Amino acid sequence: MYKIVRKRALASNIFEADVLAPRVAHSAQPGQFVIIVPDETGERIPLTICDYDKEEGTVNIVIQRMGCSTKKIDGLEEGDYLKDFVGPLGRPSDFVNEDIEELKKKKILFIAGGVGTAPVYPQAKWLHERGVGVDIILGAQTKDLVILEDKLGSVAENLYVCTDDGSYGFHGMVTNMLEELVSNRGKHYDLAISIGPMIMMKFVALMTEKLGIKTVVSLNPIMVDGTGMCGACRVTVGNETKFACVDGPEFDGHLVDFDEALRRQTQYKPEESKVDERFQEECRAEGGAE
Amino acid sequence: MSRSKFERVPIAEQDPKVRATNFDEVCLGYTEEEAIEEAKRCIQCKHHPCIAGCPVDIDIPRFIHHIAEGEFEEAAHVLAEYTALPAVCGRVCPQEDQCEVVCVRGIRGDAVAIGKLERFAADWAKANNVELGKTKEKNGFKVAVIGSGPAGVTCAGELAKEGYEVTIFEALHEPGGVLVYGIPEFRLPTDEVVMHEIGNLKKLGVKIETNVVVGKTITVDELLNDEGFHAVFIGSGAGLPIFMGIPGENLNGVFSANEYLTRNNLMKAFRDDHDTPIKAGDKVAVIGGGNVAMDAARTALRLGAETWIVYRRTEKELPARVEEVHHAMAEGIKFEFLTSPVEVLGNEDGWVRAIRCQRMELGEPDESGRRRPLPIEGSEFEFDVDTVIMALGTSPNPLIPSTTEGLDVNKWQCIVADEKGQTSKEGVFAGGDVVTGSATVILAMGAGKEAAAGIDKYIKEKYGEKSLA
Repeated sequence: MYKIVRKRALASNIFEADVLAPRVAHSAQPGQFVIIVPDETGERIPLTICDYDKEEGTVNIVIQRMGCSTKKIDGLEEGDYLKDFVGPLGRPSDFVNEDIEELKKKKILFIAGGVGTAPVYPQAKWLHERGVGVDIILGAQTKDLVILEDKLGSVAENLYVCTDDGSYGFHGMVTNMLEELVSNRGKHYDLAISIGPMIMMKFVALMTEKLGIKTVVSLNPIMVDGTGMCGACRVTVGNETKFACVDGPEFDGHLVDFDEALRRQTQYKPEESKVDERFQEECRAEGGAE
Repeated sequence: MSRSKFERVPIAEQDPKVRATNFDEVCLGYTEEEAIEEAKRCIQCKHHPCIAGCPVDIDIPRFIHHIAEGEFEEAAHVLAEYTALPAVCGRVCPQEDQCEVVCVRGIRGDAVAIGKLERFAADWAKANNVELGKTKEKNGFKVAVIGSGPAGVTCAGELAKEGYEVTIFEALHEPGGVLVYGIPEFRLPTDEVVMHEIGNLKKLGVKIETNVVVGKTITVDELLNDEGFHAVFIGSGAGLPIFMGIPGENLNGVFSANEYLTRNNLMKAFRDDHDTPIKAGDKVAVIGGGNVAMDAARTALRLGAETWIVYRRTEKELPARVEEVHHAMAEGIKFEFLTSPVEVLGNEDGWVRAIRCQRMELGEPDESGRRRPLPIEGSEFEFDVDTVIMALGTSPNPLIPSTTEGLDVNKWQCIVADEKGQTSKEGVFAGGDVVTGSATVILAMGAGKEAAAGIDKYIKEKYGEKSLA
């Protein structure tokens, strides 16, 4: 059992939690993920690590309420326990093993969207702590869904916030912001790292290909075990089948077959809706908050 | 008694039509009277070839003799001397290729039903709360066991009985390995059988830490250097699914047997009160002919699908246990023999609509001694299905070797180890599927047992016979 030591709302439907998992915190590196099982009947949910405190032994996760499982986690309070919490899984970001002096010569841009904003933080922080300056584009649908602005601001040289509806920051999507920076504001980048919804990463990759910027994306496909056992997370990268859980989750964005990845993400949609309906009924029957 | 002594006492099974719609166990086991009758068929021959046929050397005539005398508790104690998993082995061991194939009774008539009797004794002990755990005094030496499948559990049990402090590290959230994620409930009930035997292991003092992925959460070197383990046993199995590498394999509706079975078995997707989804499929083709293929097909059938096994050789070459093939056929699984897929075809939304197959014929025997299947030119046809399950075998996960300094693997990614489990790295032993590639429960148990002896010898030689306790 893994204790939730802190929990806090970041937006109306997004919250963060610090979970006591000393072994995971000890080994965690930027770019990796964990798998959570909320309770006895719960499923295994992959979530990218958003921060970790090796001394306290905690791992920070950020979750958007979507279906049954994320609602179950949101239903837990500080002091409650998650049934299972395993990790760190996947390979760390490539830059972790690169020469710092070489990294300092590069202009790195993070492009974060939605709840994908959160896992950008440990990467940007890792680089910032080693004297590598980075810029960050933070995109959200609307002002209320902009999360972690201060946190990201503290580790970025420049933070560019944009909203789809123009209610805050630059009016437009992250791809518009990117084009604006490169084409109109004279910015130059050697490497883009994008984390967000699959569809956003697809369009980021198309844009950076046009702009000639090498791009890394962090994929979040369907997974069960997260250790290479099930193959549910198969993704085609440069005409080769990879398992996102052990070969990724980060890949060259210009080689990923996003259309396949988007299609594969929908595989269990009807079944998931059924589970969610059942869960809501149960909650109603128990007079719960749902 | 009207039955001839050349015939085995029949065992009760759920009716095929009924069991095709549920996940309850197919075989119902012997009653006490039936077990005694079957046990009396053992002639207690002097040269007992069955013992040599058993990878963990169980004294088979001795436990059967106790059953014949109605001494069921004694029978269970004999088994416990040799195996940590009698209720599991009684159900899933290929006895027909091991102990029973050499049974003297089998020369004229049916071999003694050794597996069914093993299962009977283990189930009886459970039902009657027989305490089986006997351990030597703790010796203070610590051993880490990676993986809680058959190899790990056996190694851990043997070492605990010798007085070692054993901790098992399991990557998944439940212990049991393939016994829990792979083998379905209808063949091996998780709670009543596997968890009970794992409970017996805990009674021996073995600690089990779940949710630890060695190679990620912690490394083998950290276990040895930072956590004070005197030796490590790697029994992490062969968990990586093999795909065919044919076009269309990443279409929606193509699953590895591992995924399909893990969702259903470990995650209990077949139960309405569990959250993990599964795509049962309406028309399901399972590619492969081993036990895993049978398990996947029979699972799909129980979830309501019309199900085919597609296998490139004939019924005779099926690597699955004959009993399982018979069960599958009785339940209504259809077989397409001498057939091999060449492409998975999708509809406009990217979901499977059919597989393109070719017919095969058998040529000369290959290295495995089985006749090699050869495609028949111009025999291609489309086979309409909406779900394809690949059950072509598995290979070891590279996670541990790739993160352990000085641990050698061969070209199949299997860890190299000698017959006592010693690897290329001092203090590190391995056994089971991670060494041999995917094989059987009992062979993994045999390897776990050998490695336990190897570890015991290694520690005593290195630190002397003295205990740290």
